[in-house]
Amino acid sequence: MSAAPSGPHAPSAPSAPREEAVAPLIELRDVWKTYGHDESEVHALAGASLHIDDGEFVAVMGASGSGKSTCLNVLGCLDQPTGGQYLFRGVDVGKLNADQLALLRRSYLGFVFQGFNLLARTSAVENVELPLIYRRVGHAERRRRAMKALDEVGLASRATHTPAELSGGQQQRVAIARAIVTDPQMLLADEPTGNLDSARKADIMNLLVELNRKRQITIVMVTHESDMAEYATRIVHFHDGKVDSDRRVER
Amino acid sequence: MIWATLLMALREIRRNTMRSILTTLGIVIGVGSVIAMVTLGRGATAKITAEISNMGTNLLIVMPGSDRRGPTSASAPPLKIDDVKAIEREVSAVDKVAPTASRAALIVYGNKNWNTGVTGSNNEFFTVRRYAIERGASFSDAQLLSGAPVCVLGATVRKELFGQGDPLGAAIRVGAVSCTVVGVLASKGMSTFGSDQDDFLVMPLAAFQRRVAGNYDIGAVFVSATSDKLTTKAKQQIEALMRERRRIAPGQLNDFRVQDMKEISDTLGSVTGALTALLGGIAAVSLLVGGIGIMNIMLVSVTERTREIGVRLAIGARGGEVLLQFLVEAITLSTLGGMLGIVFGLAISYVATRALKMPFMVLPDIVVIAFAFSATVGVAFGFLPARKASRLNPIDALRHE
Repeated sequence: MSAAPSGPHAPSAPSAPREEAVAPLIELRDVWKTYGHDESEVHALAGASLHIDDGEFVAVMGASGSGKSTCLNVLGCLDQPTGGQYLFRGVDVGKLNADQLALLRRSYLGFVFQGFNLLARTSAVENVELPLIYRRVGHAERRRRAMKALDEVGLASRATHTPAELSGGQQQRVAIARAIVTDPQMLLADEPTGNLDSARKADIMNLLVELNRKRQITIVMVTHESDMAEYATRIVHFHDGKVDSDRRVER
Repeated sequence: MIWATLLMALREIRRNTMRSILTTLGIVIGVGSVIAMVTLGRGATAKITAEISNMGTNLLIVMPGSDRRGPTSASAPPLKIDDVKAIEREVSAVDKVAPTASRAALIVYGNKNWNTGVTGSNNEFFTVRRYAIERGASFSDAQLLSGAPVCVLGATVRKELFGQGDPLGAAIRVGAVSCTVVGVLASKGMSTFGSDQDDFLVMPLAAFQRRVAGNYDIGAVFVSATSDKLTTKAKQQIEALMRERRRIAPGQLNDFRVQDMKEISDTLGSVTGALTALLGGIAAVSLLVGGIGIMNIMLVSVTERTREIGVRLAIGARGGEVLLQFLVEAITLSTLGGMLGIVFGLAISYVATRALKMPFMVLPDIVVIAFAFSATVGVAFGFLPARKASRLNPIDALRHE
């Protein structure tokens, strides 16, 4: 973890990797996420518990409103649970403030969205460089690592193209390159194939499987398509804000 | 990080070239008009000051009444001919002395009449005020002594009453007095302030006092010092003499004024200065409006780029870093606008000063102030949108359509 932040501004998380043998990567303990008050109360998560180890490729499935997206947001430290505990490498995320959460995301997490969310009118390589800017990586090093990541997703030749000049599948590859350029411990993907045709879907899934196998990046992917879930090593079903079923996939 | 943020802001501005130009336009016009107004104002001041010193830096004017507001000004006694004689006799640094008294009167010749100013004085008046006799002559000693009803016409009065005709020797009526024209002055034209310097006539002081004014008061005494260098000395001597003659106890304020040209130009300078400040202030309002324009665009930009902000937050940008980015964008826009405005304002004032035959002076202070102000506008009006952006919840921002 050469890229781990240091100094007084870093969250307590950076000390975690040394405890790797002890603390699991992800542990959700009876997590609740409640919106609204009293009668209009909605429980997006209602006592969800989940344990994810390093190197897993977890597909999170469930009907809309089952809490799968909320779960991903909580795992990604974009949202704080209203009850229960979320331990990331043994660190209680619920006790971190907004800046510490940002540093945790910056240091250990990568995100891939359904809508790609690339910066418009900005070249692919500049998009991939973006997380490195916030990590204070120097310009030359930034460019080198961004090109390496683009090469990994097979788009090195399109580095100077803007999103408008790329197909949907290519845009999602750029987004994946942006997510892995920081060598994250965990990649969170929210319906990464949702906006793509079937041939591109397979491309993206194969790329994720490869990243999971070769680079040992833990992947948590939300999807509603069961054939996409089959690429994962483990499928977790959500129902009414709780984990309904949890099974290993044989590959 | 600041450097990376600045590059990011510049890229963002380049990405939206047209919008950036329109946003900046408000600041360009604001800064440009502030600079143009102030530069033109100072040019006008310089021109006026130059014209006044042209009138002669050795000229002094003695008038009754204090230049400060207070009980003395109301009760200040007028000057009398004895005061004038005392100045002539006792002040060594004085060259020429021209006592004057004036009032407005209706002048009639044949079927024409004209309202103008009538001044009673002596021949020194023409020298001290730099009027030349174009036709005829100034007053003779006998006319001055006896208070003969004669007059010398200003060029405008001659034109109004006589047209192309010859006024010399004609009898005109000044108020209720019949008066013979003995001379005509050469035209001096308009003063800097647009008043006609030729619209008056001059009579011997004694004639004016006895026949027109009906009293022996003297309104103002024009005095020329023997040299420019002795102006201050002459002023001090006259003040000392007048205090003695008017029995002003030590420590009491003067109930008369001795103005020199420098003082007058200072007074006028403060008037044009106030005018410049007023115009500059109006222009500053447009700068403010320009700032609000930047705020408006930045707020729109925050809404438009909500998803982008969400992505930045998701990949680990802290709220403070997003705030810095938007703030730097706003400041960059406003300072770019400020620089363009400086060029634009100086160009306008260069053209205008050439057209108005005024000196063109680049004032570094106002350029610096306008630039600093435009940067401040960027900070002030960029802060609100930037804070809005930095406080977005990452999930809400990502979901924003």
